[in-house]
Amino acid sequence: MELNNLTAHELIQKINNKETTPQDIVASLHKRIKEKDAQVKAYVRSDELIDPTHIAGIPVSIKDNICTDGYNTECCSKVLEGFKPPYNATVIEKIKAAGHSFLGLKLNMDEFAFGSSTENSHFGPTHNPWNLNCVPGGSSGGSAASVAADEAIWALGSDTGGSIRQPASFCGIVGLKPTYGRVSRFGLIAFASSLDQIGPLTKDVRDAALLTNIISGHDANDSTSINCAIPDFTKSLINDVHSLKIGIPKEYFVEGLDPEVKKVAEESIEKLKNLGAQFKEVSLPHTEYAVPVYYIIATAEASSNLARFDGVQYGFRADSSNLIEMYKKTRAQGFGEEVKRRILLGTFALSHGYYDAYYLKALKVRTLIKQDFDNVFKDFDCIITPTSPTAAFEIGEKTDDPLKMYLSDIYTISANLAGIPAISLPCGFTKKGLPVGLQVLGKHLDEEMLFRVAYTYEQNTEWHKMKPKL
Amino acid sequence: MSYEVVIGLEVHLQLKTKTKAFCACSTEFGKEPNTQVCPVCLGFPGSLPVFNKTVLDYAIKVALALNCKVQEYTKFDRKNYFYPDLPKNYQISQFDLPLSSNGFIDIVSEGIEKRIGITRVHIEEDAGKLIHQDDLSLIDFNRTGIPLLEIVSEPDISSAQESHDYLSTLKNILEYLDVSDCDMEKGTLRCDANISLRPIGSKNLGVKTELKNMNSFKGVKDALNYEIQRQSALLDLNEALTQETRLWDPKASKTFTMRTKEGAKDYRYFPEPDLPPFIIKVDKISEIKASIPELPKEKMQRFISDYGISEYDSKVLVASKRDAFFAEECIKAYPNKDKKAIVNWFIGPLLSEANNRAKALADLGISIENLLSLVTFVEREEISHLSAKAVLTEVLDSAKSPEEIIREKNLIQVSDSGAIKNIMEEVIKENAKSVLDYKAGKSNALMFLVGQVMRKSGGKTNPKIVQELLKTRLGDA
Amino acid sequence: MSIDKQIVEHVAHLARIELGELELSRLSKQLEHILGFIDKLSSLDIEKTHPTSHILPINNVLREDTPKVSIPVEKALLNAPSKKNNFFVVPKIIE
Repeated sequence: MELNNLTAHELIQKINNKETTPQDIVASLHKRIKEKDAQVKAYVRSDELIDPTHIAGIPVSIKDNICTDGYNTECCSKVLEGFKPPYNATVIEKIKAAGHSFLGLKLNMDEFAFGSSTENSHFGPTHNPWNLNCVPGGSSGGSAASVAADEAIWALGSDTGGSIRQPASFCGIVGLKPTYGRVSRFGLIAFASSLDQIGPLTKDVRDAALLTNIISGHDANDSTSINCAIPDFTKSLINDVHSLKIGIPKEYFVEGLDPEVKKVAEESIEKLKNLGAQFKEVSLPHTEYAVPVYYIIATAEASSNLARFDGVQYGFRADSSNLIEMYKKTRAQGFGEEVKRRILLGTFALSHGYYDAYYLKALKVRTLIKQDFDNVFKDFDCIITPTSPTAAFEIGEKTDDPLKMYLSDIYTISANLAGIPAISLPCGFTKKGLPVGLQVLGKHLDEEMLFRVAYTYEQNTEWHKMKPKL
Repeated sequence: MSYEVVIGLEVHLQLKTKTKAFCACSTEFGKEPNTQVCPVCLGFPGSLPVFNKTVLDYAIKVALALNCKVQEYTKFDRKNYFYPDLPKNYQISQFDLPLSSNGFIDIVSEGIEKRIGITRVHIEEDAGKLIHQDDLSLIDFNRTGIPLLEIVSEPDISSAQESHDYLSTLKNILEYLDVSDCDMEKGTLRCDANISLRPIGSKNLGVKTELKNMNSFKGVKDALNYEIQRQSALLDLNEALTQETRLWDPKASKTFTMRTKEGAKDYRYFPEPDLPPFIIKVDKISEIKASIPELPKEKMQRFISDYGISEYDSKVLVASKRDAFFAEECIKAYPNKDKKAIVNWFIGPLLSEANNRAKALADLGISIENLLSLVTFVEREEISHLSAKAVLTEVLDSAKSPEEIIREKNLIQVSDSGAIKNIMEEVIKENAKSVLDYKAGKSNALMFLVGQVMRKSGGKTNPKIVQELLKTRLGDA
Repeated sequence: MSIDKQIVEHVAHLARIELGELELSRLSKQLEHILGFIDKLSSLDIEKTHPTSHILPINNVLREDTPKVSIPVEKALLNAPSKKNNFFVVPKIIE
């Protein structure tokens, strides 16, 4: 077994037993990347290897929107070409403090995390390791594909509307979006500040718990970070779901859900039932409004967050003879089409005369969506749904129809709007051999329940051990 | 035709906290460009704001001092616009739920007391500084993120003079609160004005002009006076005014149209998602209220009632916080119950020394002990008022004590009537005409003769005794 | 609610993005399509619903007024596309 194929907890064991070293692990990853990344294209800017003196612990691969001091961080956008942040994101400091390092190479993503397929990257698309003609999902497609392809041991991604869970599902790995405020956003280049969360993408649930342990916690640099004790999430890895009350929202099993995905999800639910969990149909009545609400709130915040990319202080600047021309050309040439589309949509939703009809209305419906979850969680321990209505689709399949692309986040968006944690874990395959993900949604700050359910399912199935043939 | 002038002022006040509003960079003034910056105030991608506690305390303090209602729930909003001195291309400000609103201050303008409403006081961040060169602009972000208060008045002001008086009253209050340098020249206090004119009696508001770039109180007054003339001239000709922003040019003493930014401004305000809201509890408000010092108006009234100082003189003394505190310290240390003598020293010789030296009273450098000792010399009639003034000048110049100077210059008054009589006889001989005038009933002539005796004695004779002696002498003759 | 080219042009100006004629008509159509979908929200009665702009029940997050060292000027200017004497530089400002 090559080192790069192992999980982080297996490698920690090996390091502790003096059977391997962090240097060996990095070398093994570099070898794998060299061999396979030309096909997968999970990483960008292949020249940015980690300074060998910085290697420690189990290297974490990092999405291109998380700031790494002195290492390029470009959000896979031309507008941030060459940008080297003068500081580390809090998660990077935490990884270092825990005795680990990050791989200097950064992971591909949809430009500024705007997308569900990693096709919107300035560096070109990432390919799904299970089928190179398919997308890996997005926006953390590079993170998911690198872990699935054993080009990374574990990775960090960010999730604004499903950007960790949907690619984890498409690539057959585990991905967690923590409770909003659980992980510091300081150093995460913002897409939508009220929705963004950093989270782990890993080969199994134990690694997800380990990495969540490392990155969680209050940060004085992030005013939206929750100040509360962090449990040891590995203590939640209990193989027991007996008498847990789990809700199945009827609004998620409707038209639009791929029959194969539906079947796989139902089998997984059956499995958990057999393990002692109690299932009951529940209702999240405002589910159908989640996508429109999301595309107003997320784009409105993004239009403001991305205003700073103007060529003044960093990144790309278009040739121009005066300031207004510099602004307009820099942003016209520096942003890709999806970014422009969302900035325009968000600017519109906030603009004079439209604010009440769009932005304010969306904030109100957000309240209703949150209340839906509050109501269900009064009686249930967690909610289970498919992560995505379909398995990975083909590259180019949805690029001409933005709305169709937006709807592929329909099952993941609500968790961000409600601020609750949600995990995706592998639960089977389609006939074509593409992975399917199961999503578990929990109460505010109750990641422990997610780990427990996910761990129990994983310990009683073999899906997480399957590897793509590359 | 005559018009009614309607003015509202918008004051931006830099708070003198140690650090910026949303990051821990120092706010020190005059540092090398771009040395007091960090990822947060540079708006670097991924950075996040964290609000400075002292800014909130200072802001509440100001709001309360301006009689505003402090809101129980307040939040920040983003004001979105592109400008190179604004690193994020949005300013963290407050929109629909400002910290406080509905206040007022009382001003006295040309002898008339008037209440000016304060619409709102809210918190926002300052922008950087631009230096314009031929075909480029240089940016220094040191100022970016320094906390500002925006203090918006109601359009209750009806003349340029009133604007000036509003500003000086406001500045005076703010100085007492000790939360800002309040220096217009340095830009720690800035003022924009909205002005419109309407025919007297008309209920409709006229077309509004926004005036910017006034860098002194005088600038505000001059710009408004210019604008009143410009607008009334146009209205007299029945010409339509355009709603616009105009810049004051102090050299030309004129206002000029600023080319409009974007047809209608659309700042796309929305709640700042990076900063959770603030709930300000009643006990917090009472705690801050208790920390507010006596404000100029109250101090003035107390000066009048406690020390019998005239309204005019009290006003002069409280116009500067430090002067008022210095004066009061001296007044308190003065042992006599009747404070008139020591007060007269302040509004007389000390104030004129301060004016001559272009210094604040509190900066003259005289200690309370020295001042009291000087006053005592005069009261014991050991030196004359005239010499006392000279001694004061020398105390300020030399840092010597009054005793030393009086001893060195031998200034102790001659009260011995024999010595005075000799000088008096000389004076009577030399001023026969004045003697006749006095005898003819011109009492002024007596004062002249007293003055002559004083002069001949080098100011050392006691004028009261001289006067008595002269009266007796001339009455006898 | 419909969106036309003129609105998109205005919005693009607010957002400081130059759009070519083709891009403008393509984006206008797409945005109209997306907004049509978003109009789904109109069917909800939300008159009395409170808007949620912060999902967490957190408030009064404040820090002490204690200065920390700023970053060195070289680091601040490291990424600058144009700089001069420790200033950032932009071309002439005309509105």
